[in-house]
Amino acid sequence: MPAIPSPPGDTPPGRIRNFSIIAHIDHGKSTLADQMLRLTGVVDARQARAQYLDRMDIERERGITIKSQNVRMPWRSKADGTDYTLHMIDTPGHVDFTYEVSRSLAACEGAVLLVDAAQGIEAQTLANLYLALENDLQIIPVLNKIDLPAAQPDLYAAELAHIIGCEPDDVLRVSAKTGQGVEELLDVICRVVPAPVGDADVQARAMIFDSVYDIYRGVITYVRVIDGKITPRQKIKMMSTGATHELLEVGVISPEPVPSQGLGVGEVGYLITGVKDVRQSKVGDTVTDAAKPATQALGGYRDPNPMVYSGLFPIDGSDFPLLRDALDRLRLNDAALVYEPESSGALGFGFRCGFLGLLHLEITRDRLEREFGLDLISTAPNVVNRVVLEDGREFVVTNPSDWPSGQKIAEIHEPVVKAMVIAPSEYIGAIMELCQNRRGNLMGMDYLSETRVELRYTLPLGEIIFDFFDALKSRTRGYASLDYEEAGEQAAELVKVDILLQGEPVDAFSAIVHKDKAYAYGTMMTTKLRELIPRQQFEVPIQAAIGSRVIARESIRAIRKDVLAKCYGGDITRKRKLLEKQKEGKKRMKMVGRVEVPQEAFIAALSTSESPESAKK
Amino acid sequence: MASALPVGDPAPADGRLGESALLGLRGHPLGFYVHVPFCASRCGYCDFNTYTAEELGNGVSRGSYADTVLAEIRLARNVLPASAPTVSTVFFGGGTPTLLPAEHLGLILREIGEQFGLAPDAEVTTEANPESVTPAYLSRLREAGFTRISLGMQSAVPHVLSVLDRTHRPSRALEAVAEARAAGFEHVNLDLIYGTPGETDADWQQSLDTAIAAGPDHLSAYALIVEDGTALARKVNSGAIAAPDDDVLADRYLQADDTLAAQGFRWYEVSNWARSSAAESRHNRLYWSGANWWGAGPGAHSHVGGVRWWNVKHPTRYTAALDAGRSPAAGRETLSRRAMLTERLMLEVRMRDGLDLATLPESASRQAEQCVTWGLADRGAVYNGRLVLTQRGRLLADAVVRDLLDVL
Repeated sequence: MPAIPSPPGDTPPGRIRNFSIIAHIDHGKSTLADQMLRLTGVVDARQARAQYLDRMDIERERGITIKSQNVRMPWRSKADGTDYTLHMIDTPGHVDFTYEVSRSLAACEGAVLLVDAAQGIEAQTLANLYLALENDLQIIPVLNKIDLPAAQPDLYAAELAHIIGCEPDDVLRVSAKTGQGVEELLDVICRVVPAPVGDADVQARAMIFDSVYDIYRGVITYVRVIDGKITPRQKIKMMSTGATHELLEVGVISPEPVPSQGLGVGEVGYLITGVKDVRQSKVGDTVTDAAKPATQALGGYRDPNPMVYSGLFPIDGSDFPLLRDALDRLRLNDAALVYEPESSGALGFGFRCGFLGLLHLEITRDRLEREFGLDLISTAPNVVNRVVLEDGREFVVTNPSDWPSGQKIAEIHEPVVKAMVIAPSEYIGAIMELCQNRRGNLMGMDYLSETRVELRYTLPLGEIIFDFFDALKSRTRGYASLDYEEAGEQAAELVKVDILLQGEPVDAFSAIVHKDKAYAYGTMMTTKLRELIPRQQFEVPIQAAIGSRVIARESIRAIRKDVLAKCYGGDITRKRKLLEKQKEGKKRMKMVGRVEVPQEAFIAALSTSESPESAKK
Repeated sequence: MASALPVGDPAPADGRLGESALLGLRGHPLGFYVHVPFCASRCGYCDFNTYTAEELGNGVSRGSYADTVLAEIRLARNVLPASAPTVSTVFFGGGTPTLLPAEHLGLILREIGEQFGLAPDAEVTTEANPESVTPAYLSRLREAGFTRISLGMQSAVPHVLSVLDRTHRPSRALEAVAEARAAGFEHVNLDLIYGTPGETDADWQQSLDTAIAAGPDHLSAYALIVEDGTALARKVNSGAIAAPDDDVLADRYLQADDTLAAQGFRWYEVSNWARSSAAESRHNRLYWSGANWWGAGPGAHSHVGGVRWWNVKHPTRYTAALDAGRSPAAGRETLSRRAMLTERLMLEVRMRDGLDLATLPESASRQAEQCVTWGLADRGAVYNGRLVLTQRGRLLADAVVRDLLDVL
């Protein structure tokens, strides 16, 4: 007998179970979610399409969830015969979205810790597990893919038991693909996840854990009601800004939006107010009744904070307005994306963009190129440094161009992160060497099992965003996983390295690096550019300099022959057309002073595939 | 495969030219170019429009070729007005014109003279391969009115000649110069090619020395260019042979210019040197100075008053057109003002006389002064209103032209 769905807005909190699934990218979270949707009858097998919950194409392709979704499901427990209302709250699965994950977790009382029985736990999963523990969530350890021949459920059950402090027997074993063990899991959720607790009779308070822009409906805000009740046509107030909105619609997702008469204590659903920008509906903010507002906002709110900046420039300068429109569109759905127009001597007009992290940058760039048909050059990503001058003035530098060169600098602070690496223990040496090389401090090390180890480091963020993950993967044959979270800042001896072509600094190539890395960066860039820039009519010195001090130099020998020394008889037309073709080629060059630099040289020089690491080898 | 023809507008069947083009005949010398598309064998580097006997097939023979050219000369007579100037230069090129009997070349020259009139001091040149001329042949040319011989020597070094697929003995070029002198030719040119794969500095020096010792009054030296579609290009693409390196080509050019200057040859165009101004090729100058010429023969290019046209390439189609009383032109273009400017800069900058800056906007003079500071243009000449390239500038002539066009 299927469960009888309980009407939203009138569901006893005691029958509600709110949970998340914490899992690594390809450990089968979406498959498990799909299986739950089928078993609870929310989606029937025919309408089910694989990974129903992942909406965007990029998510589908990369197999990751960028924006979370949530679903309300009825379930009749086999154990006690009671009908429960389950809210499954999907969490974004990447390091850049830690804050969003923490808010999703804060909306739950329990979490399914889903781990691939053939691979074991990964660093991001472990990090999210710690987040869940911080939020006092009931953890349900589950091994997935037990149907795989490579599965080692006993080994990883022991590992999970060790990590969360339970018995290996407590670890459930499922196959999300075949459905084996999933019904039991649903029953366990009903049994062990605590029911939400709140006061139905006080002023309404609901926490926003996600907001998504929809072109037809405007912003859809996902909330978890803590106290009181939210009803349609109510006037609500956002407690962080004081802004008020009329509620046009309140409802639940099951799995499509279904309008309801309201949302009560412990319930999860959506609100529509007609606003057009997710910034007006901030993750972590508290929604209350505008007429009878709560006095105390729910804890844990904070503004999204860009950690990584990069300049995005259209390869075709005339695409600048297109890029602006595209960013404006993405921004509607991305509260963390910040940007302002930037003009580069070398790359023309573009935008300096701030991102939560590298993946956020990559996804944004990807979408700009794919969904808006733009061809972009992006400058090497950089972090936000704080520079204090001797006269006490302070600069927050998000762009190397804004570095206070030539001024007396008292101190520089760089952002640091707490990083966690999980890898087979045979790679400990390689990982330590890499982290040391990146100015990391080892904070601790734990064996998760006999063969797998967790290393904890503090690292400058600036070192991580420069191909750290690639280097880590290559040193550990892809076995290491990484997670990190911001952890304040530290004083650092950073310098700005400028790259000069024939004495002219090329702003796009300037970088803020640690003084010990300046030489490596300078050598790498000058060598790269010598290969990439075609010979000119004159010798072109390429220099890397800190201020006026040159730390590395190369030179491109002058081209000596640029003339057709051939007799074409009377075929003047052919010669003229050759010349006109050469002139066309010249148009595609960017001029740096007198130096003609092909577009491709910028793209290649700015690609991080050739790192200082590999250049040294 | 020979190089492709340009893409242009269709040419009318009668070859007629517009009024404004014909007006351009006034005040400029008129030349004739006669293309002879035959070679004994095909050289691996050559992309000129030429064919061996086996390649030609039916309908065209060396024996009847002169008659076809005569038909085009008569067509030219109908197209150009009676007021056209007499012909001041005639140039037979190829291919190997001297594969035709000397009498046939003479016949063609006589027809040009009869139809258009030949100036009393007309310069009449034919290209020749050293191995395709004999003293008797040269004498017959001289008698027919030829005044100048241009010999394709290319190199004096056997292994270089062999890479170029040239079949003559190195000493044959010297003999040919002496024979030409003996036949009464005052002007003899030797064509040289530098930068052939495998050629050393010493090889090139030997070619230069040998050429100078032969006693010509004119020398052309061209860099070997690997043209698409040639046998040489296939060898380079397959990696069998290394393409000439630009730096090496630059060195060879300097070597040639220095050697020739020391021996009394003066450059008057980037790739051309002469012992005296009288020895300079007037026909070449005509190409480079925007003058007019009619190019007869398959694939030949013509220019009259800002209209350029070119004949169909294949001798069979060429012959068929003239047999049917039609113009053999395959296409033409009427030069825009910008195209004329481009061509003028591109050609005049290569000449020792240089570019007359007084006739160009002020920005050209400023650019010329830039070229002086970069060591590409002669300071004194620019001061006097002409952009004349330095030795280094000559090697960068195309870049200088592109920069000039940028400011004009």
